[in-house]
Amino acid sequence: MSATVTVTTLSDFRALQERARERRAALKHVVSVCGGTGCRAAGSLAVYEAFQQAIAAAGLDDAVVRFTGCHGFCERGPAVLVGDQEYFYGRLKPEDVAEVVQRTLIEGEPVAALLYRDAASKQRIPLARDVPFYAKQQRLALRYNGLIDPCDIEDFIAVGGYEALAQALSGMTPEQVLQAVEASGLRGRGGGGFPTGRKWRSAAEQPEPIRYVICNGDEGDPGAFMDEGIMEGNPHGVLEGLMLGGYAIGARQGYIYVRYEYPLAMRHLQEAIDAAREYGFLGADILGSDFDFDIEIVRGGGAFVCGESSALLASIEGDAGEPRPKYIHMAEEGLWGKPTVLNNVETWVNVPEIIRNGPEWFKSIGTEGSAGTKVFSVVGKVKHTGLVEVPMGMTIRELIYDVCGGVAGDRPYKGVQTGGPSGGVIPEEHLDLSIDFDSLWEVGSMMGSGGLIVMDDRTCMVEVARYFTEFLSEESCGKCVPCREGLWQMLGLLTDITQGRGSMEQIALLEELAEVLADASLCALGSTAANPVMSTLRYFRDEYEEHINAGRCRAGVCKALTTFAIDPETCTGCHACVKVCPVDCISGQAKGKHEINTDVCVRCGLCRDTCRFEAINVV
Amino acid sequence: MIENAEDMSTSTLVDSALVEALVARHRGHPAALLAVLQDLQEELHWLPREALLGVADCLEVPLTRVYRVASFYRALSLEPRGEHLVRVCTGTACHLRGAPGVIDALQRDLSIGPGETTGDMRFSVETVHCLGACALAPVITIDGKYFGGVKPGDVSDILDLYRK
Repeated sequence: MSATVTVTTLSDFRALQERARERRAALKHVVSVCGGTGCRAAGSLAVYEAFQQAIAAAGLDDAVVRFTGCHGFCERGPAVLVGDQEYFYGRLKPEDVAEVVQRTLIEGEPVAALLYRDAASKQRIPLARDVPFYAKQQRLALRYNGLIDPCDIEDFIAVGGYEALAQALSGMTPEQVLQAVEASGLRGRGGGGFPTGRKWRSAAEQPEPIRYVICNGDEGDPGAFMDEGIMEGNPHGVLEGLMLGGYAIGARQGYIYVRYEYPLAMRHLQEAIDAAREYGFLGADILGSDFDFDIEIVRGGGAFVCGESSALLASIEGDAGEPRPKYIHMAEEGLWGKPTVLNNVETWVNVPEIIRNGPEWFKSIGTEGSAGTKVFSVVGKVKHTGLVEVPMGMTIRELIYDVCGGVAGDRPYKGVQTGGPSGGVIPEEHLDLSIDFDSLWEVGSMMGSGGLIVMDDRTCMVEVARYFTEFLSEESCGKCVPCREGLWQMLGLLTDITQGRGSMEQIALLEELAEVLADASLCALGSTAANPVMSTLRYFRDEYEEHINAGRCRAGVCKALTTFAIDPETCTGCHACVKVCPVDCISGQAKGKHEINTDVCVRCGLCRDTCRFEAINVV
Repeated sequence: MIENAEDMSTSTLVDSALVEALVARHRGHPAALLAVLQDLQEELHWLPREALLGVADCLEVPLTRVYRVASFYRALSLEPRGEHLVRVCTGTACHLRGAPGVIDALQRDLSIGPGETTGDMRFSVETVHCLGACALAPVITIDGKYFGGVKPGDVSDILDLYRK
């Protein structure tokens, strides 16, 4: 990075912007290696280093390898984009890098054998924009993921970063910024979908002059990593959103509460804050205006309930994260008793784009009631696990089948859980539902923060309900009785059913408890906690009844209710199951008939998942 | 958990200078309680009772409040941890793709369940709700290193890497 400049006026900023753009434009050969947590775990650091070495060896002095934020296509990690046209290489190995540098970066030709192969057309697809996974996406919140080095503030500025801040501070009053956010129709991305502008307005109208803005990065929904991807890949974008929010409501201090399990996000945000302070985007009289603002990071402690707004405040104040009753409005009495605006990471990162492009532009994306895009983390039994961002209003079918390639192994679709442990499951009959805040409510689920968990016929819906209930009962803070005791009781009932001790009366009791939780819990954790049970009962009651009355788990998940057997007609004697069995309970000669010793079998299901002939089934 | 508080306050097991330095880093503000405990956890890998007493003393907050916070958060451990920390992701994606089988395999090999430490203090096993690497499900980490697509049969081989 070049020598630091302190930006004290708008013209300083313009000069910096010009210089950053020139510097970026001078780099003719560009490689972007995904440095998100998923790709790092898949070995992307070694690929990044291999590119650096190969470029040095080739003597290219106008080349750059960026270790960027999450590209989204985690299933193909380490994911790499090469050249201006963005040739896409997935699952790249360090040993392939030299060839990619020579053939693609220098000669501009793809390396056919390493390209993405489309399962449907059997064609190799060279460019990222033509890969179906990327083709249908529209990226606002993830706009700079893959494009910039997240830890290089000048790279961020070169592609349009801090432009919205400069525009707001030089040409808009706080009221105008607030009005723009109101007019955009932006709704909270953390789950509730509350209009962001209205939230800001109520804090801005308070007589108390000391106010706070907070970014909720305590993404606790298991199986969801949208905010992680944004904080890692575009930390300055999050800061810029907070700065604009602070300007609009008259706050001088912002906080980012980051989940304990996200060390990389924490590091990138801290580097971004340090750089922003150094350049003068945080501090006193920002860009020559009289706006003073600073941001601090608060580390989470690994408690799911701290994603709940009032518990999060308690945690920032250094206390145990217990929620407080909802009648105390945060806009009036929030952090340290002062007016506070708390929004989710994805909400904040949308704000600069709204200011830069105008509220009308934002409103034109998505649906009437749900403007803009939404980031989803699509995981579970799906072919292309990853982060996707699509306009609101896309159907669930398009998202799962067209973007994410459909159910893993082409198995039958059973359901998709939206909204995490507080949401519900959406069965096949609603696959053509539009994804927006209101439609999901109508079928008994919710948008939530954007976790989508795809389930196939080998997923037991009773067990899924038990899993979420167990998760929530562990994470219940224990302050109010309905949540603490109710969840514990529900967990006991569900455990009985999954272990073969269930009765039909227990279903009625589950439903009764669910109502109590919804009505009497102190915070949203408790009041939504029964949603997974209610929605699985609504759409998959027959599975509950089969567990109870027939003593059978059709998915082969609940061990007490599962017996696997090998069908002698379909078994080819390929021996694959014998090799994977962790307890060596399958006998049989190669090409001969195989048998499972059910006395020894631990019901892990690995043999069934390995069998290519569907010869192993639940009896 | 905390008994004989006065006796323990004179213990030399925890370097009191460390506690003071960490408290100073957060400008001694009582609101920094959680942050100080997190820093201590990073340094010591768990929070012995002397550490809690030291924090209460330096920050001038009641010991009951220190204990309340220390026992609330999953990231803070009131028990010693083994040399190697095995974390099994039990996020939804990992759960659906076989994390329970991985936990069973760990139990078979190490004879301990989640939240426990082996008698020889070599391994501790913990569960964690999502590490954000769902494409590699089921995932475990050992001392921060990721292992993806773990099958029950792989577990002993992975542990062998840490059993010199």
